[in-house]
Amino acid sequence: MSLLSTHGLTAHYGDFQALFGVDIRVEPGEAVAIIGANGAGKTTLMRSIAGVLRSAPGEVVFRGREIGALDAAAVMGAGLAMVPEGRRLFPSLSVEENLQIGCYGRKAPGPWSLDAIYDLFPILGERRHAPGTALSGGQQQMVAIGRALISNPDLLLCDEISLGLAPVVIRDIYAAVPRIREAGASLVVVEQDIGQALKVADRVYCMMEGRVTLEGTPDTLSREAIHDAYFGVSA
Amino acid sequence: MIWIDTLVQGVLLGGLYALFAVGLSIVFGIMRLVNLAHGDLIVVAAYLILVLVSLTGLSPFVAALLAAPAMAGAGWLLQRHVLNRTLGTDILPPLLVTFGLSIALQNALLEGFSADSQRLPAGPLATASLDLGAVTVGVLPLLTFASAIAVILALNWLFYRTELGRAFRATSDDAVTASLMGIRPATIFATATAIAMLVVTVAALYLGMRSNFDPNIGPARLIYAFEAVIIGGLGSLWGTLAGGIIIGVAQTVGAAINPEWQILAGHVAFLVVLLFRPRGLFPRAVD
Amino acid sequence: MGHVIRTRTRASTVAAIVGAIVVLGLALLPLVAGRGLIQDMFFILTMLVLAQFWNLLAGYGGLVSIGQQAFVGLGAYAMFAGVILAGIDPVWAIPLGGLAAVIVAVPTAFFAFRLAGAYFAIATWVIAEVVRLSVAQWKTLGGGTGTSLPRTATRDIAGTGWIEAALDVRGAAARDILAYWLALGLALLAIGAIYGLLRSRRGLALASIRDNEEAARSVGVDAARLKWSVFLAAAFGTGIAGGLIFMQIARISPDAAFSVTEWTAFVIFIVVIGGIGTIEGPILGVLVFFALQKLLADFGAWYLIALGVIGIAVMLFAPRGLWGLISHRTGLELFPIRRRLITTKGNDHG
Repeated sequence: MSLLSTHGLTAHYGDFQALFGVDIRVEPGEAVAIIGANGAGKTTLMRSIAGVLRSAPGEVVFRGREIGALDAAAVMGAGLAMVPEGRRLFPSLSVEENLQIGCYGRKAPGPWSLDAIYDLFPILGERRHAPGTALSGGQQQMVAIGRALISNPDLLLCDEISLGLAPVVIRDIYAAVPRIREAGASLVVVEQDIGQALKVADRVYCMMEGRVTLEGTPDTLSREAIHDAYFGVSA
Repeated sequence: MIWIDTLVQGVLLGGLYALFAVGLSIVFGIMRLVNLAHGDLIVVAAYLILVLVSLTGLSPFVAALLAAPAMAGAGWLLQRHVLNRTLGTDILPPLLVTFGLSIALQNALLEGFSADSQRLPAGPLATASLDLGAVTVGVLPLLTFASAIAVILALNWLFYRTELGRAFRATSDDAVTASLMGIRPATIFATATAIAMLVVTVAALYLGMRSNFDPNIGPARLIYAFEAVIIGGLGSLWGTLAGGIIIGVAQTVGAAINPEWQILAGHVAFLVVLLFRPRGLFPRAVD
Repeated sequence: MGHVIRTRTRASTVAAIVGAIVVLGLALLPLVAGRGLIQDMFFILTMLVLAQFWNLLAGYGGLVSIGQQAFVGLGAYAMFAGVILAGIDPVWAIPLGGLAAVIVAVPTAFFAFRLAGAYFAIATWVIAEVVRLSVAQWKTLGGGTGTSLPRTATRDIAGTGWIEAALDVRGAAARDILAYWLALGLALLAIGAIYGLLRSRRGLALASIRDNEEAARSVGVDAARLKWSVFLAAAFGTGIAGGLIFMQIARISPDAAFSVTEWTAFVIFIVVIGGIGTIEGPILGVLVFFALQKLLADFGAWYLIALGVIGIAVMLFAPRGLWGLISHRTGLELFPIRRRLITTKGNDHG
């Protein structure tokens, strides 16, 4: 049984339809990348899975349970944590408080604790009492990842974690991914950076205009196929 | 000498105004909601304590202890089922709904208790005083002021030292992201209003023991509370206490010059602060 | 193919014709109606004026004031001062009310505009309290207990002599009829002026500020100036209405003239029930309000409890009010201000 699967998932913003029947699945232990251009619906897909946008119950199934209609707090409690696009640290909270608040709705035993996260990202331990927003972009991204990990989720959704960061910083952050996977969490990574996505993922979905246009493993997908799926039929 | 006495009385009166204001400050700080019925809710709590006292013969302090959970529960329900529906970018719904609530509460009290003024029996405490050499201060005003400080200390501990406090601050920053942490903003808001109602009960206890009250005095308490919050700067409870003290001192000084100027002097002090420090005396760095 | 921009609708044309007939009927009402009806109609019309101006502030300008009683009271007191201190005829003293309101509105706006949203609302309330407490210190006009218009002034108000002769009524009734006609004129002027403003370029700018102040600023709308003009205009109209209301009552006190319940709570109720942000709303709202008052007046406090609860319910479940419901169902607009792009066939390139 898949850890997570969506079944004809749709999403709307008012009259505007953003997702048109998306079917994806994530197997236990797997890292899945979702790539696509701006406006392809990647973030909407993440928000729908996380419960920020509600769907019909059966459109999202997590560990055999229909969670499409649950609110974000309930989805988080079920073991599905999200690193939101743009990091979104809480400005009134210190670094440590930002990490602590991550397990407000789920206190599950597991490998991740405050100490384990400081071990993963030592700089956060040094700056634990600074306001979250006083950190550099890369450090803020580390806080956002740690904040999601601390609830010991079964599945971690990472929305555009390389957005707006320098290449060297992106490398540092992605260096943590193997350790996160070793500790047992499955992963969905939304990326615009195709190279990065292919490097980290076991399987890739490509989205365009609210639909999945391509699926495959990094070694079977050709550059041309990705290009077509990314931008539509090549000119 | 008389001026020192006036000043001390004003500072102590400020403690009462701070108690009025703290509930308003919490609710605004966490959900950007201005509750125009706040003053009337204080009066409702005073009547609730009065009813408990006259039914059971208990001391007002014990009655307030019983009234507090009832007020908190009512606040929770009010927030969860009425006020949460009004939150959003449009400022009209919360203002108009709480204004309607204010009118309804005032007149419900009028219907139930008539317009006669009431007072909570404070017993010998009402007249007890301490001789501090230069000035003589009433025990009740002193107790009010101490309670205001205790309430602020407790709330600051709650906000900055507990998990619930972190959730309050996180939800106030960004409710959607907070929900990704397993926080339910609707429940957090209801909890915040419940806590504000606990403070409202404390305020009502001292209001009722120190002066007469009737169903129509709510709006004036709302205005004092509001002035204290603005003077102090949004988001700082110690600032709110300072704001209450400024209103209190202005009122006692005004009254010492001409009894008819008491209330006016408080309002004028507020306008003067607004003129020179529009963001209050202790504005929060992040707004 | 060409395009024209229109605000007129077929319903609005019909409404204009029906409206003209209604206005004519209202103008001629004193010929047939008794004194009680005239007094009721005076009440309805003056409340309508207050409601239209509050609606201009809150519904169109986004300025939710709960301190408009300051301007009602100032208008009333300025009118009384003109009569008692300067011996001016009460009718000619009414404009003094508007003037006084504007003069105090300037510092009020200066203070209140420093605060946004809900805090603006309470700031206006504080200032209204300051004005009330200050006026209560004015011993010549009765201080805290108030005073009455002197009989010498009320006996021969401009125009009442003519009304007495023409309609064969006695002094007090003639004064009511005069007040009624003035109220009718004021209501028509207020509605006309507000409708004119909303249809103008300034009205469009006002709507853009209400929808998104930053965006409006970025396309060159001077938001601060518009807010000032709306606030001062509303103060002027409210002050005039205050003068007129207390000319008819002929007795004044700070508590009555600065009553937050009568001049602000009722007015807000009228606008909310009728439909905020429309001109039709307050008209419908004042009729509903009057009917409720007649129906429930004997129940004392229960009447106000009901008013509060109805207000809450409307705000929660039908935030655009009764007129919003009607307009949504039928598409009816009697005072259309929306600009509609109409594609015309033919060669006009208009």
